[in-house]
Amino acid sequence: MSILVYTESENGKFKKDAFQAASYAKGIADKLGTNVTAIAFNTENTSELGNYGVEKVLNVSHEKLKNFNAEAYADAIAQAAKKEGTKVVVIDQTANGKYLAPLLAVHLEAGYASNVVALPESVDPFTVKRTAFSNKAFSLTTIDTEVKLIGLSKNAFPLKENKTELSTENFEPSLSGEDFSVNVESVDKATDKITIADAEIVVSGGRGLKGPENWGMIEELAEVLGAATACSKPVSDMGWRPHSEHVGQTGKPVASNLYIAIGISGAIQHLAGINAAKTKVVINNDPEAPFFKAADYGVVGDAFEVVPKLIEKLKEFKANNA
Amino acid sequence: MKILVCISHVPDTTSKINFTEGDTQFDTNGVQFVINPNDEFGLTRAMWFKEKQGASIDVVSVGGPETEPTLRKALAIGADSAIRVNTPARDGFQVAKELTKVVQDGNYDLVIAGRESIDYNGGMVPGMLAGLLKANFINTCVGLEIEGDKATATREIDGGKETLTADLPLVIGGQKGLVEEKDLRIPNMRGIMMARKKPLNVVEPVEAKPETTAVKFEKPAPKGPTKMIDPDNLDELIDLLHNEAKVI
Ligand SMILES: Cc1cc2nc3c(=O)[nH]c(=O)nc-3n(C[C@H](O)[C@H](O)[C@H](O)COP(=O)(O)OP(=O)(O)OC[C@H]3O[C@@H](n4cnc5c(N)ncnc54)[C@H](O)[C@@H]3O)c2cc1C
Ligand SMILES: Nc1ncnc2c1ncn2[C@@H]1O[C@H](COP(=O)(O)O)[C@@H](O)[C@H]1O
Repeated sequence: MSILVYTESENGKFKKDAFQAASYAKGIADKLGTNVTAIAFNTENTSELGNYGVEKVLNVSHEKLKNFNAEAYADAIAQAAKKEGTKVVVIDQTANGKYLAPLLAVHLEAGYASNVVALPESVDPFTVKRTAFSNKAFSLTTIDTEVKLIGLSKNAFPLKENKTELSTENFEPSLSGEDFSVNVESVDKATDKITIADAEIVVSGGRGLKGPENWGMIEELAEVLGAATACSKPVSDMGWRPHSEHVGQTGKPVASNLYIAIGISGAIQHLAGINAAKTKVVINNDPEAPFFKAADYGVVGDAFEVVPKLIEKLKEFKANNA
Repeated sequence: MKILVCISHVPDTTSKINFTEGDTQFDTNGVQFVINPNDEFGLTRAMWFKEKQGASIDVVSVGGPETEPTLRKALAIGADSAIRVNTPARDGFQVAKELTKVVQDGNYDLVIAGRESIDYNGGMVPGMLAGLLKANFINTCVGLEIEGDKATATREIDGGKETLTADLPLVIGGQKGLVEEKDLRIPNMRGIMMARKKPLNVVEPVEAKPETTAVKFEKPAPKGPTKMIDPDNLDELIDLLHNEAKVI
C-alpha cells in the first residue's frame, strides 16, 4: 500500500531530483496515512534516502540496467509497484523520468498527471495541480484510476528533511529481451559542465549581444556564479550557440532559482519556457523591453558595460563571502 | 515505408490564455490554432523520408471538425492523406488509445509524434501509444535515420545526447533538431490547391475512456512590481539577490 517513488541516480549517485521526489512522496504518504518505498537502480549507497522520509528501498543491481533504458526501467518499476500493492507512484520530470513515465502508466493502467507542482489538493477525488499552456496556467486535474502516477515538475517541491529508519532490500525484476529492444549505442555528455536542467542559476544571452564573439563575458559571469549558460532561440538558430542552450517554449525549460537574461527582449515564447524560474533578472538597454514586466529585478543599461561591472562586483562579493 | 505523423491542433504560441464557464473550459475566442511546433519539425522530417527514401505520409488528429484546417495545412506542406478521429481529445491516454486503432488499421512502420503539445504539455501521448502498441519508443528525438527496418536515433538527455538503435515499428516523440527552423516549409499556392483534393478521412472513435479529468483552470498569481536597479549601483543588485531573493 506504500507510495512508490523512483529515485534517479547518475553514476551511482542520487540526483537532487530523487530527494525532491522522495520529499514529495513523503508528503502524500502522510496525507494517506502510509509510508514511502523507493526504487533505486545500481546506486552505491542508498542510506541518504533515509534523510527524506523513505522507509524502504528496493535496490536493483543489474548489469544490464547500469545505463538508463526507458522500457526496462518502466517494466522494473511496474513490477515493484505490483509487488508492493502501490496505489500512488511518483516519478521526477528529468529527461529520463519523462521518457519512462508514459510507458509505466501503460504497464500499471495508471492515470498519469505530468508536470505536477504541489501536493494533492484532495485525495478523494485524487486532485493535483499541474502546469498547462506552457506555464501560462495551472490545471486542477483528477486522476480517476485506481493506481495513480504523478510526474513531479522540476524544482517545484522543496527538499524536506525527514529522518527515518531505512531498510534496504534487493529487488530482482524479471526482464525479457523485449525490454532491451531499444539499445543505447553511445552517450555524449560533457561531464565538466553544469546542465541547464540541474543548474541552480542560469545565465542567458539573446540577440542583443550582437554576435558569438561576445559570449566570453556571458561564460565568465556564469563561471563566477557556478551557473549554466543558455540562449534565446534566434541565437541558436543563427549558430552563435549550440542548440542545446536554446531555452523557451520550443527549447529547454528552465526551473532554476535564478535566471539572468541579457539582451533578450522577452517574447512570449521565450517567457513560456522560463516562467518556472524563481527569480528573474533582466539586463537590457531598452526600458520598454517586454521582459522587464516579467522580471523581479531589472537593470536598464548596455550589456557591454553592465555585465563586466557585474562580474567584478560578484568576484568581490564571492571573495568576501567565501 | 509508411509513416504516420500525429498532429496536435494547438493555440498559436502568442495566444493569450483565458478560461470560460467558471474556469472549466479554455476560451477559444479569437485564438488562432496551428500545428503543434514539435509536430511541424516531425512532419518536415517525414517529408525528407518521402523525398529521399520514397515513404508515404499520413497525418492524424484526434478532435472535432475544428481541427480540419490544421490537417489541411499538413496536407499542403506535403502529407499524402489525413485522418481525423471524430471525438474531442480529453486526456493523453484517451488520445493514445484512439491512435492505437489508427496505427493498427494502417500498419505504419514509423509513427512521428511530438515530445509534448504546447497546450496541455502532457508529454504523454507518444509513450503511451508505443506502450499500447508494444512498439519501440524513443523520446526527445533530435535526429532520426532509417535503413531498411532499422532506425538510428539521437535523443536529447539532460546535458548531452545519446545515440540509440531500434527496429521498426517505432514511435518517436520529436522536437527541433529532427530538422532545423530554416528547414520548415511554408505551404505554397500549389500545395494549398493540391491539399484540397487530397483525402481527409473522418473515422469514428473506439470511444476510449480518459483516465484523468481537467476539472478547473487557474492563472498564476500576478507578479509583484519589478525592482529597477541603477546600472551604476550594481552593489544593490547583489545585495538584493543575496539578502532578499537569497539566490546567491
Ligand atoms: C513558434 C515559435 C516558437 C518560438 N520559440 C521560442 C523559444 O522557445 N525560445 C525563444 O527564445 N524564442 C522563441 N521564439 C522566438 C521569439 O518570438 C523571439 O523572436 C525571440 O525570443 C527573440 O530573441 P531575442 O530576445 O534574443 O532577440 P530580440 O527580440 O531581437 O531582442 C534583443 C534584445 O536585446 C536588447 N539589446 C540590444 N542591444 C543591447 C545591448 N547593447 N545591451 C543590452 N540589451 C541590448 C534589445 O533591446 C532587445 O530587447 C519562438 C517563435 C515562434 C514563432
Ligand atoms: N489530439 C491529438 N491528435 C493527434 N495527435 C496528438 C493529439 N494530442 C497529442 N498528440 C501527439 O502527441 C504529442 C504529445 O502530446 P501531449 O502528450 O499532449 O503532450 C503531440 O506532439 C502530437 O504529436
